[in-house]
Amino acid sequence: MALVLNDEQTMLRDNARGFLAKNAPIAHLRALRDNRDADGFSRALWKDFVEMGWAGILVPQDYGGLGLGHVEAGVVMEELGHTLTPSPFLSTALLAATAIARAGSEKEKRKYLPKIVAGELIATLAVDETAKHHPDNIATSAARAGNNFRLNGAKSFVIDGHVADLLIVVARTADKPGDTTGLTLFLVDAHTPGVRAERTPIVDSHNAARLTFEDVNVSSDNVLGKVDDAWNVLEGALNVGRAAVAAEMVGASEEAFSRTVAYLKERKQFGKAIGEFQALQHRAAHLYCELEVTRAAVLKALQTLDDSYDSAGPIVSVAKARAGLSATLAVQEAVQMHGGIGMTDEFDIGLFMKRVRVGQELFGDSNFHADRLARLNRY
Amino acid sequence: MENLENFREETRAWLEANCPPEMRRPAQTEDDTCWGGRHAVFQSDAQRLWLERMGAKGWTVPEWPREYGGGGLSRDEAKILRQEMRALNCRSPLDSFGIWMLGPALLKYGSEEQKHEHLPKIARGEIRWCQGYSEPGSGSDLASLQTRAEDKGDNFLVNGSKIWTSYADKADWIFCLVRTDPNAPKHEGISFVLFDMESPGVSTKPITLISGASPFCQTFFDDVLVPKANLVGKLNKGWDIAKYLLTHERDMIGGMGGTTESRSLGQVASDSVGTDNGMLADTVLRGQIAAFEIDAHAFRLAMDRVGDMAKVGKAHPAISSLLKYYGTELNKRRMELVMSAGGTDALEWEGERSREGRTARAWLRSKANSIEGGTSEVQLNIIAKRILGLPGA
Repeated sequence: MALVLNDEQTMLRDNARGFLAKNAPIAHLRALRDNRDADGFSRALWKDFVEMGWAGILVPQDYGGLGLGHVEAGVVMEELGHTLTPSPFLSTALLAATAIARAGSEKEKRKYLPKIVAGELIATLAVDETAKHHPDNIATSAARAGNNFRLNGAKSFVIDGHVADLLIVVARTADKPGDTTGLTLFLVDAHTPGVRAERTPIVDSHNAARLTFEDVNVSSDNVLGKVDDAWNVLEGALNVGRAAVAAEMVGASEEAFSRTVAYLKERKQFGKAIGEFQALQHRAAHLYCELEVTRAAVLKALQTLDDSYDSAGPIVSVAKARAGLSATLAVQEAVQMHGGIGMTDEFDIGLFMKRVRVGQELFGDSNFHADRLARLNRY
Repeated sequence: MENLENFREETRAWLEANCPPEMRRPAQTEDDTCWGGRHAVFQSDAQRLWLERMGAKGWTVPEWPREYGGGGLSRDEAKILRQEMRALNCRSPLDSFGIWMLGPALLKYGSEEQKHEHLPKIARGEIRWCQGYSEPGSGSDLASLQTRAEDKGDNFLVNGSKIWTSYADKADWIFCLVRTDPNAPKHEGISFVLFDMESPGVSTKPITLISGASPFCQTFFDDVLVPKANLVGKLNKGWDIAKYLLTHERDMIGGMGGTTESRSLGQVASDSVGTDNGMLADTVLRGQIAAFEIDAHAFRLAMDRVGDMAKVGKAHPAISSLLKYYGTELNKRRMELVMSAGGTDALEWEGERSREGRTARAWLRSKANSIEGGTSEVQLNIIAKRILGLPGA
């Protein structure tokens, strides 16, 4: 498939860009932050997303969704990266919808997917337990108790965990932390006794929470997929999240970069535009190359998720590793080239640096993915 | 799509039947590369046969029109041919500056006579070309070149000297930038001419590089007569052709960063450095290699994307500078990692064990990648000016 957006995808991008510029510019994030909004996102804006079909972007049409592909989901993520807009799009429309659509029984799909599409259900995936992404390092346990399971443990950095109605929890039903076997996915109502969610204020003013599970009873009817066999489903959903965050970082770094290039043309020192200095020109040109190379890898990862979902792991790792590093370079150069004003809270450029730092960590940073590729290539 | 699949099957069958077994092993030494030319020395009958068969089919230049000796293939068909050749490990039948550089320039700027005269001979490997661009005093500032061509009626009289002329001592003809109007602004007094290297007054002197090889020459022109019919394009408009050709050269050199080796660098390093629990024993090197392989993979995709963008007319005209800059820097990085992985074995300079110091020599050769065809710094200048629109660049 050609590594360019087709006409429909380009139209989606233009529509998303127009909508977000009008309805959720960076001022929208600032207002949520400065008003200490309890949810950390706007439910009114989410309703608009729902009306445009974005909540069901990956949900098959049989369940009321748009049934579009990962390239389209990435297009929306990239635009959200331009405006740094917090929303449940990643947690609900991508991670949770993927896990349910890929692993759910017909009954589960009928129960949850239409609600996600209608904006009636915020859902998320609860995986990591330590400060670094380690999807096999799961200690949260689910012990059999009659026809139920009893969950005990804690999850950290669960995206939108403080507002989610439905938690898709990875827990260990067998084997030991570090094993990819013995893992099971549970659909847990966030209001079940024993579940506690505590919002984690984070550097980019987006949304994450710590979850604790204390003797939480979950019916075996609420197992998503097969007991002890969650790994492939989990990896698939995580790959969707990784490629999506990579696309978001492409958007954020492009925005930071274009603002920086504009600044280089307008800011004058020593009697000329600072963009005339070769010391800055070469750094800007190098950064341009890095961003273009990353863009190709991210698009390829999204296309591969559409074409051969189960073998997308390696290219998704290439994309996420690249996006993390080139976006980091983009925001660092952005702040440095803006000089003193780039350090002020009033100026937007620092907000991109904050979001990109979070994006680096989500679902594995560049080192995680480099290591994963080295293992896959047996060295 | 169905036609393409038919084409693939036919191509595969033809290659199976026509590519000699000796030509289905990766090239090991310089001698394995076939450059053709009047004085071509074939390493084997198989090499000669392979060139003749591919040349007759026009598949040395698959996308050139048939009337000029090409294969007349579409872009998709040519891609299939490359894929099928790779699948059978077929060697390139002919490497040539005529194919890579002069051909595309003649197709765009040459007269009908020039195309019919020169292109078929390039396609069949009968004439080997070299490129006369850089001069001792004109490197990155190529347009300051001083080699003069004076109007002498039916001929130009050429005097001057070129440097870094690849294989000038083995080439039959040269395509050359000369100054035809010394009083015009530097970009506007340059013309693009072709002449026979056996013309009286042409001499060459090989230059030994840090790799020990002498792929480049200094070339001297002392009252060389060049017929005016050998002027390509318009008088004093040679800079346009030069820029167009440099774009091709950049694509070619940049493409080296994307070459796919049969074994990954990580596996090569595992053999020399050893492993610990299946992981490269040198964990710092392991991380560097993984980071390199990520960038190399992404760069290959970036090349694909540039091709796809060009297809729909959305590629930036200066994008070849990105490919040249990024690809050559990647290749240098790769060779540093190869040396690091090889340790003292990679330092051997002669002898069978090291295949005459193949690794060390390739490492040293790679350092020219970011100099030839416009330095990395020149590429960054072009990107800053033409793509980013930064002032004063």
